[in-house]
Amino acid sequence: MTLAAPETHQNVTRRGQITVSGLRIVVGPPDAERAIVEDVSFAIEPGRTLALIGESGSGKSTIALSLAGYARPGARIAGGTIEVGGERVDLMDGKALRGLRGRRVAYVAQSAAAAFNPSRTIMAQVIEPLLVHRLASRKEAMARARRIFASLSLPDPENIGERYPHQLSGGQLQRLMAAMALITGPELLIFDEPTTALDVTTQVEVLKAFKAAIAESGATAVYVCHDLPVVAQMADEVLVLQNGRTKEAGSLGTVFGTPADPYTRALLAAADHGGLTRLPRPEQECVPLLRIDGLSAGYGKIRDGRPEVPILEDVSLLCGRGEAVGVIGESGSGKSTLAKVVAGLVPLADGEVLLDGTPLPADLGGRSREQFRKVQLVFQHAETALNPVKTVGELLARPLALHHGIRGAAAQKRVAELLDLIQLPAATAARNIRALSGGQKQRVNLARALAAEPELLICDEVTSALDTIVGQAILELIDSLRRDLGIAVMFISHDISTVRTFCDRIMVLYGGRAVESATCAAFARGPHHPYTRLLLESVPQMDPAWLASSAARAAGTGLPLNREICRFEPRCVSAIRGRCNCEAPPLRQSQGHGQNHTWLCHHPVEALGAE
Amino acid sequence: MAGAFPQFARKAPRGASVILHLVGRRAASALLTLLLVSIVVFTISGLLPGDAAQETLGQSATPAQVAALRHEMGLDRPGPVRYVQWLGGILRADPGQSLVANMPVRDIIAERLPNSLMLAGFTAVIAVPLALAMGIAAAVHRGGKVDRVLSLATLSMVAVPEFLVATLGVLVFSVKLLWLPSIALVSSEASLGDTIRSCALPVMTLTFVVVAQMARMTRAAMIAQLDAGYVEMAELKGVPFGRIVLWHVMPNAIGPIVNAAALSLSYLLGGAIIVETIFNFPGLASLMVNAVTSRDMPLLQSCAMIFCAAYLLLVLIADVVAILSNPRQRA
Repeated sequence: MTLAAPETHQNVTRRGQITVSGLRIVVGPPDAERAIVEDVSFAIEPGRTLALIGESGSGKSTIALSLAGYARPGARIAGGTIEVGGERVDLMDGKALRGLRGRRVAYVAQSAAAAFNPSRTIMAQVIEPLLVHRLASRKEAMARARRIFASLSLPDPENIGERYPHQLSGGQLQRLMAAMALITGPELLIFDEPTTALDVTTQVEVLKAFKAAIAESGATAVYVCHDLPVVAQMADEVLVLQNGRTKEAGSLGTVFGTPADPYTRALLAAADHGGLTRLPRPEQECVPLLRIDGLSAGYGKIRDGRPEVPILEDVSLLCGRGEAVGVIGESGSGKSTLAKVVAGLVPLADGEVLLDGTPLPADLGGRSREQFRKVQLVFQHAETALNPVKTVGELLARPLALHHGIRGAAAQKRVAELLDLIQLPAATAARNIRALSGGQKQRVNLARALAAEPELLICDEVTSALDTIVGQAILELIDSLRRDLGIAVMFISHDISTVRTFCDRIMVLYGGRAVESATCAAFARGPHHPYTRLLLESVPQMDPAWLASSAARAAGTGLPLNREICRFEPRCVSAIRGRCNCEAPPLRQSQGHGQNHTWLCHHPVEALGAE
Repeated sequence: MAGAFPQFARKAPRGASVILHLVGRRAASALLTLLLVSIVVFTISGLLPGDAAQETLGQSATPAQVAALRHEMGLDRPGPVRYVQWLGGILRADPGQSLVANMPVRDIIAERLPNSLMLAGFTAVIAVPLALAMGIAAAVHRGGKVDRVLSLATLSMVAVPEFLVATLGVLVFSVKLLWLPSIALVSSEASLGDTIRSCALPVMTLTFVVVAQMARMTRAAMIAQLDAGYVEMAELKGVPFGRIVLWHVMPNAIGPIVNAAALSLSYLLGGAIIVETIFNFPGLASLMVNAVTSRDMPLLQSCAMIFCAAYLLLVLIADVVAILSNPRQRA
């Protein structure tokens, strides 16, 4: 693959050299403008990768996009100079910018699902930059695209381009978007949080593909990311941003090894999960609150205890009063369906869900108001779960009136108490939901659930839309509520490291089956199911050598067609031929020190530990 | 979810057979709808007070005379029998004899239908591109001057009743400027130029009525897509704006747009009654109104069936366009 073909002799020396100085980007009308990026300067040597890090609102994406002379609607580049390969991008007119974008500067967006046009084939979109810049004929362009597909280890590179975006997985789309960026052999590649939306196990492969592609093309790269271990794998240089200003800049080793700025240190601490302190809890008798036995559920009509589209099969779980139980799994594992079954939003097809020893009716219609009150669901996206036209006070007063009949002054007093509980000032009650930040919205979302005074709080990915530091504060809040109010928490997440530090019990879901479940202490000791091990190994580490050292660990992809056998078998590197792909896996148990640990695997416990 | 189940994504796009199957199903359901409509039309037209025999013979007729004529016309036979006969006639393109004009309904319609189709056709040819252009222009300049002017224009077009538009058109172009005739004289002998001249005011009025709805829907559909991530991606690939609108956005916006267009255009046949009356245009809508007042059931039923069929055909076309433009529905 020869992507880096120099265009003119004059550009050879400066190709890929990026220089930004005094960059200022503003939003709002000219008479009331507000800077979202202020006085940012940096330079990148050709072929190097600079990571822009910081929390949301730090201006990292805005700066990255400005290198293509682009500002999102409402924003504009108001000052400073931007040089790409010796040319002033900030002085270019519309025509010159069109010539620059997609040809010399290429962009890889966060969500490939949104960035690909759903109505056009992948191939038509991938070769479009070559065609609109008249760099190749359609035939040459398609041949080049297929070569890049192969180099990014995409399956079936000859024909994958004929598909439409909805026919491909997230990880595949993300690599195809990289192919679209690489196809013109640009001198600058902009990656804007390109793996944030992916599962950790998918992320590893995509990161490897990206890293190889950057190295092979010889392009300069800007990598926008809030996940510091990922940055450690990808970047040579780092620029730390907060509120649109530079906090710290330098080589990866310097900034991560000896951070000078307190903000950088806070970011690094949060990334290490060092910030989350959890009081060790004495081993105590578990008083069961929620017990799930042999639960099956899914979508569509239910016949003989089997739904048309089964999602969860034979899942059992125990959660004691005041305990936190963590449910881990990647997208499609059924973890959100489990939350919805317990909350009554998805009817259960088979098995039992017992709350306080009483079976919960399968769907909402059969539940009493008291049962509604006891189980409260906190949704992942606070901004869609909370009605945007209401004030915080109105929103919290509603469950108070519904469940406790509290109205008027008493309700106002209780709202103030709730706000105090979630550590927001009482004045927040008068504010509109829209005026709150992401973290504040999530707190209100939590308070809405607490208003019912539940016994079980189901938290479905409540921190995944938040920045690390903000998310960690929410976790600490939930943990303190659990301790102080004795509320049991069912914590659903794709992030195994969060769950480990936070929960008393852990269940790992894969393809709708509980492949491993254990108390936290037993989980920490191991051994683990092969899938859990893959999950644990896929979590990026701060060590920059981690990505290179992580071996290819996926044997295959997808779920087996036979629903009886181990769901993980096609991907399992230690699957036993003739056994794992033929027979249903047995449930293995280890009971010692009062700890309960189960695995759904053909390997005996000793073998699991040995590998 | 596709992330965990890539084998579900492995299916290659299925081809023309899927499309044919889908289109076939839509067409079949349209035909079924038309059959149900025929029952409703037949039943309701039977409920209208008075009957054609009474109407023909007038107030002074004796009950015996009326009964005799009813028998002659076949009006005394049971409903289901008459329905089956009538449906058979329609399928053979022979919907019977007009009770009032005493000539085959087919001949009366054959005279009027081409006029209505011509009027609708001319209007569609002008209104659809105009509405698309207005909608796209407004969407592209969202919030700007062009958008506000077009928004105001389309809103006023919806608000002003068509008889006012027609009357104003006559006042300005026929009475003051003497450019166009105020009465549409359509005949087979007239030259193309004359036909266009005499249709100009009716077409203008109808365009005025139908363009607004289409333009507003086009604008809404375009704006929904212009915010999509793939538009920003296309801009960052250096794709010229014209190509973004036509190649990227249009295929995604076309579904709702053709739907709005189909609903607006279906108005042009049956809903043109006011325009036909004002300009004395010999079209189907005025024919149907005459059929109602004269209790001419066979004619009334045929007109109603034609309007319903035209409506279903337009909706079917809209559905097919939506299917063809959306790879998710196709595969």
